Amino acid sequence: MTRKQKRLAVIGGMGAVLLVAVLLVMTALRDEIVFFYTPSDIITGDKANSGQRIRLGGLVKEGSIVRNGSEIGFTVTDTDQEISVAYTGILPDLFREGQGVVTEGVITPQNTLIADTVLAKHDENYVPKEVADALKEKGVWQGDNKP
Amino acid sequence: MTVELGHYCLVLALVLSLCQSVVPIIGSQRNDMRLMATADWTAPATFLFLALSFAALVKANVTSDFSVQNVWANSHTLKPLLYKYTGVWGNHEGSMLLWVLILAMFAASVAVFGKNLPPALRANVLAVQAWILASFVLFILVTSNPFIRLDPAPFEGQDLNPVLQDIGLAIHPPLLYLGYVGFSITFSFAMAAMISGRIDAAWARWVRPWALAAWVFLTAGIAMGSYWAYYELGWGGYWFWDPVENASFIPWLTGTALLHSALVMEKREALKVWTILLALITFSMSLLGTFLVRSGVLTSVHAFATDPERGVFILAILILFIGGSLFLFAIRAPLLRTGGLFTPISREGALVFNNLFLTTAAATVLVGTLYPLVIEAVNGAKISVGEPFFNLTFGPLMIPLLLAVPIGPLLSWKRGDLMGALQRLYFAAGSALFVMILVLAFTTDAPVLAVLGIGISVWVTLGAFAEIITRSGFPKKSLPVAFKRVAGLPRSIWGSALGHAGMGLTLLGIVGVGAFQHEIITSVTPGQKVDVAGYSVQFDRVLPRKGSNYIEDVVLFNVTAPNGNTFQMQPSKRVYTTRRMPTTEAAIETFWFSQLYISPGDVALDGSVTVRFWWKPLVTLIWLGPLSMVFGGLISLSDRRLRIGAPTTAKARRKEVEVKASA
Repeated sequence: MTRKQKRLAVIGGMGAVLLVAVLLVMTALRDEIVFFYTPSDIITGDKANSGQRIRLGGLVKEGSIVRNGSEIGFTVTDTDQEISVAYTGILPDLFREGQGVVTEGVITPQNTLIADTVLAKHDENYVPKEVADALKEKGVWQGDNKP
Repeated sequence: MTVELGHYCLVLALVLSLCQSVVPIIGSQRNDMRLMATADWTAPATFLFLALSFAALVKANVTSDFSVQNVWANSHTLKPLLYKYTGVWGNHEGSMLLWVLILAMFAASVAVFGKNLPPALRANVLAVQAWILASFVLFILVTSNPFIRLDPAPFEGQDLNPVLQDIGLAIHPPLLYLGYVGFSITFSFAMAAMISGRIDAAWARWVRPWALAAWVFLTAGIAMGSYWAYYELGWGGYWFWDPVENASFIPWLTGTALLHSALVMEKREALKVWTILLALITFSMSLLGTFLVRSGVLTSVHAFATDPERGVFILAILILFIGGSLFLFAIRAPLLRTGGLFTPISREGALVFNNLFLTTAAATVLVGTLYPLVIEAVNGAKISVGEPFFNLTFGPLMIPLLLAVPIGPLLSWKRGDLMGALQRLYFAAGSALFVMILVLAFTTDAPVLAVLGIGISVWVTLGAFAEIITRSGFPKKSLPVAFKRVAGLPRSIWGSALGHAGMGLTLLGIVGVGAFQHEIITSVTPGQKVDVAGYSVQFDRVLPRKGSNYIEDVVLFNVTAPNGNTFQMQPSKRVYTTRRMPTTEAAIETFWFSQLYISPGDVALDGSVTVRFWWKPLVTLIWLGPLSMVFGGLISLSDRRLRIGAPTTAKARRKEVEVKASA
């Protein structure tokens, strides 16, 4: 190979690596991202298809928590619509009735979320940002309870 | 009074760094030694004032002076003393003060230890460093002042976030900042070189120790943070691809690339433009990380302070430095002459390969981190980009890189011999195959990818030492001769071997936990036994206990190991009284490289407890790997002065000659 051919081979190789990386990123961005919805988005907005993996955010409805050993059921509400969630495992420390929560899982045709992740973050005043934004949109936001 | 003094010292530091931003650079342009020399004392003086300022804040915290808003919001009289110290940087204002303190420390150490640098370069480096410092001290004074008083002073403080009340807070942020901020020096060196227009192999020699030191700290900081999250959050995970973790990981990837490309520049005068660009990018990514963490634009476990004003200020700093440096780069880069031709199969070629994959990987992590922001800005949709994205993009890019890691150091400069290199790796390749067969034979349902991963990790770990073994002459030479030769090898060879082996170990840990982890979530009643990977775990009872600023329910377990040993594990559910905030304290027991991990849920009314049990095989390797990298880095660092061509002062050289003469 001449020097020119070698150089072409090197640049071609680099281009191939970058191309593969770009393709991987594009595929992953199409298939592996998870959309965030509120119960209204799902029930009235009909945004999520059944079987789709989504993040559901809202408030834990008062008095909705049912425990059966490690199997837990509760309802997520945005004060307008609500979706029931089934989860097996340990709830986070700050999971409480009336508090903000984000759950991730698969939505069934009956509009129940089979969740494998429940997030409620480590701060007593914390409402997940997505939930806060969604509640603000609905006009039911209780305000920033900062110290 | 001390609080006001601390505040005053902060203002003095700003004034001094403003002087240092201008005077030395004028000196270097006019070739005026006196103007250039001012940086030699302003840099240590700035550091001194910031240290005093920091000390004032520490004192306010330790003495629980609740007239200071920052102390009131984050401390409590009953908080254990250690956390009164570490709590200083467990909040936004304090951690920014630590950030600038470390920035000033690096500038001061260039002024003190960089006496052998050309005066103009040193002056320019210190001036650029002062630009960064002045921007951030101004940021603190304007938007995040930790010295603001409350009147009247509250009687009691609000206590520190319980998750932060841990020894991890003492170590993780300072180490991480030393790494993050340490790359400011390579940035300043790159800027200084572009200002003066003189960039050569000597520049790379001067920069490498700083880059290496920053990299060592960043590696240790990330690993420490990962272990802290693993044991403190009680979720059993070691890496969440959380935006803030990514923010520290991206500079690590580009910083690792920088370490390698600077090597090429130092030895072969090649890749100059690229190395300079990497130096700029690495610190730009550190700044971006600071912005992401401090502005709270991304939801994250770490975003404990969010304020739009701060975000805008840091964004301005970010744009100024990234934009400015890239602009200067665009003007100056075409002027750089690159030398040192090489063929694709050579040490340089291998290092280019390394850089290509590391920076591409860094770019994919960056895309995944920023994509939710972009989407939300474009069409308002809220998305999350999590582990599956990174597994699909970052993972495949690491495989070719890891496969090439053992080969690179065995190739010679300019023109390498691939077959020769592979011949020296027979042992590593054979061992990898052997281990893969063992795994297939002794496990029933190991995923193919896991077997492959284990093979690669063995290849990388053992292959890392191939250069040392080759150089020792073993087995052709006798063992004593081989040992003598190994002892005579330059320390940097050990450094890179340990660094590369650390990569292999980390991969082994990740694959071990990922593929062979055993998890049981179940509700247990007193006396009930659960079998976790051969360990018989019996739930004993719940024991209430009282700590200094919390109460806890300790969940007692009696564990019988497969070999018959019995011991007790005591995870607990805590409630911190001031914030009325519950936390989970997991119990972890280590057996060689594997761990038994128990994380309890709430105690139900009937006395049963839902518990998560994990058997995590080889999990500690995830952090022992980085430890090996850190040791490798430190060994290389200690080698610096002995290396040929490393800058030494004339005095030191004379001394060396005298010592040799007398010996």
